[in-house]
Amino acid sequence: MKKKLLLIVCLLSAMLLLTGCHGSRDQSAFEMPDHFDISRDYEITFWAKNDTNLTQVAIYENAIAGFEALYPNVKVNLRLYTDYGRIYNDVITNISTGTTPNVCITYPDHIATYLTGDNCVVPLDGLFDDEKYGLGGSEVRFDAPSKDEIIPKFLEECAFDGHHYAVPYMRSTEACYINKTFVEKLGYTIPETLTWDFVWEVAEAATAKDADGNYLVNGQKVMIPFIYKSTDNMMIQLLRQKGAGYSTEDGQVLIFNDTTKELLGQISTHAKTGAFSTFKISSYPANFLNAGQCIFALDSSAGATWMGSDAPLIDIAEDKLVHFETVIKPIPQYDPANPQMISQGPSMCVFNKDDPQEVLASWLFMQYMLTNDVQIAYACTEGYVPVTSKAQQSAAYQDYLSRCGEDNDMYYDIKIKASQLLLDNTHNTFVTPVFNGSASLRDAAGAMIEDVTKSTRRKKEINDEYFTKLFENMTSLYHLDATNALSGGSNADLGPLPGTAKALLGALAAAWALIILYVIKEALKARHQAK
Amino acid sequence: MKKFLALMMTLMMVLSIAGCTVAEEAKVMTYAEYDAAEMDAEVVIEAYVQATQSWWDNKITVYAQDQDGAYFLYEMACSEEDAAKLVPGTKIKVTGYKGQWAGEIEVMDATFTFVEGADTFIAEAKDVTELLGTDELIKSQNQLVAFKGLTLEAVEYKNGEPGDDIYVTVSYNGQNYSFCVERYLTGPDTEVYKAVGELKVGDKIDVEGFLYWYEGVNTHITSVAVAQ
Repeated sequence: MKKKLLLIVCLLSAMLLLTGCHGSRDQSAFEMPDHFDISRDYEITFWAKNDTNLTQVAIYENAIAGFEALYPNVKVNLRLYTDYGRIYNDVITNISTGTTPNVCITYPDHIATYLTGDNCVVPLDGLFDDEKYGLGGSEVRFDAPSKDEIIPKFLEECAFDGHHYAVPYMRSTEACYINKTFVEKLGYTIPETLTWDFVWEVAEAATAKDADGNYLVNGQKVMIPFIYKSTDNMMIQLLRQKGAGYSTEDGQVLIFNDTTKELLGQISTHAKTGAFSTFKISSYPANFLNAGQCIFALDSSAGATWMGSDAPLIDIAEDKLVHFETVIKPIPQYDPANPQMISQGPSMCVFNKDDPQEVLASWLFMQYMLTNDVQIAYACTEGYVPVTSKAQQSAAYQDYLSRCGEDNDMYYDIKIKASQLLLDNTHNTFVTPVFNGSASLRDAAGAMIEDVTKSTRRKKEINDEYFTKLFENMTSLYHLDATNALSGGSNADLGPLPGTAKALLGALAAAWALIILYVIKEALKARHQAK
Repeated sequence: MKKFLALMMTLMMVLSIAGCTVAEEAKVMTYAEYDAAEMDAEVVIEAYVQATQSWWDNKITVYAQDQDGAYFLYEMACSEEDAAKLVPGTKIKVTGYKGQWAGEIEVMDATFTFVEGADTFIAEAKDVTELLGTDELIKSQNQLVAFKGLTLEAVEYKNGEPGDDIYVTVSYNGQNYSFCVERYLTGPDTEVYKAVGELKVGDKIDVEGFLYWYEGVNTHITSVAVAQ
């Protein structure tokens, strides 16, 4: 009896150990239930990102309250972040333990990595089109947009690997916030379309100092004429405007090319004179702009409320604030006749769970975030635009846009102009291909600009040898040599198994064979003894 | 002649080896030398860990100090295993670049090694209350400091609710100052995080913390007590 018990325990342990080897939990694909079971209670979690903006937090909370009032059987728990990177990191950590949130604000690049988990993220195509619970479906208890009412370009950004894995929540682009007073003081006039040549020329002119080391343009000891917040976007847009390689749609890395070297060389030239720096090296462009220590602050349109002497949000001491006229323009261009700028902003995805009803509750909540009230309220907090034509064309949103400059709070002119900039240029926006590894490639794109800027400031030689080493380091640090092999999400052909994997599988098979042999042997022995 | 040549070659070899050694072993700076170093210069220092922010992505941010001054080691390269060994008092040798971010002088892109067999040092908080509002205060940047008898003006959670940083506005001699409970240094589970959350506007408080800078003084609070 003892032997049998021991054997069963051993077998169970072996099975648990072997299943444990898989690392992450297996998950069945989501299947749409026939109906939403409202006799049950559901508790879902929503991981959201705000721009360190308490109004945005309040909008999330109001949205949750509004949804819970319509669906009293669903409780939504909000977890707030101020950094997409932290959400990404936490999701990755929670995939392996099966404790992902239900709904999450994210970037499509990040979802491509989440998709390496088995059925981890719910493909939304079936949900979009469901007659009862789909976008604007008959059983949905609020005025949701139809699929056609989501701006097609924004929705396309959420499709990859043959499916929609997300819906857009807000959209923004990048913008150049300019101290017009200083540009004119230097003898220049801001052109209709900003060009790179113009920005670099004015930035260099602004580095002139007097005999005491004060900058002539502002009379201060500090002046960084051009500061870029997100250098990954900078490199991506520069390459796009130059028609140079970044990556293919299926994940082949093309960024290590001669145009990249040429662009980095130019950046180095301007870093050397002090005409250019970055957020990571110096701090927020808005703070320098508002202190009269920067002329071109390049940041997200969703950072507009921090930009300018009259900005509603100011992060420097009052006595440091300098008064100047602010102008907002699209990012500098190489070809003004063919402007190109990035489309960015938060999207939302639904994580799969064992209970399809819980997934359906999550989907309904996500859909609620696309309703006009939520879309317009959130878009008005920053230089965002709503992602549905239903919200964009609504009387409430049109009224908001028409009141540009009415005050320096809700109707702050730079903020509304930032939104208008994207509305006018949606057709000129682009996104980079999404694949497993695209988030790393994006990091590498920014890291190259940071590295060349730092290296120049540290008086290192920027030459061919430097570029060779830089490209090698980036490839290794961001695992870009492996990216192509991983492209295409979970369905990608990963090629033959490596030798170590084959050996491990062989050992597992042998262990099972030995266990089975032992069981048979013991059974025969028992039978023989019984006779 | 042959002997002379051999001697010369040997000498050259010895010198080149010594040269290599010198290049590899950069001189450790005193705090004064570090303080005098230009921005973006390579710096090598030895200092004692006073506190760390949470380890993340093979990086750790360290508050370090010696008997002469303090250092903010921003996102220093560090394995998770080594991070566990960076306990207060531990002496480390750090190589990185001097940088300035929003007024905060820090060591960027740093790597480190443990100084084996070294002594330990835990700094005592230096009372700098009377330096508030003066140009002298910044000379104690990054050190563990104390402020006595401040008045609490406002407590604001970064996200509107506990979980992230807490922005603390205090006043002294009629002037307001922004301090911070940095989530990655003293998170929601720590006593100081909870204690700050329970303070009332108008409370007279004594504060200890690291003299961080963000567009002006922005002490990272490590302890708080209502003044007796």
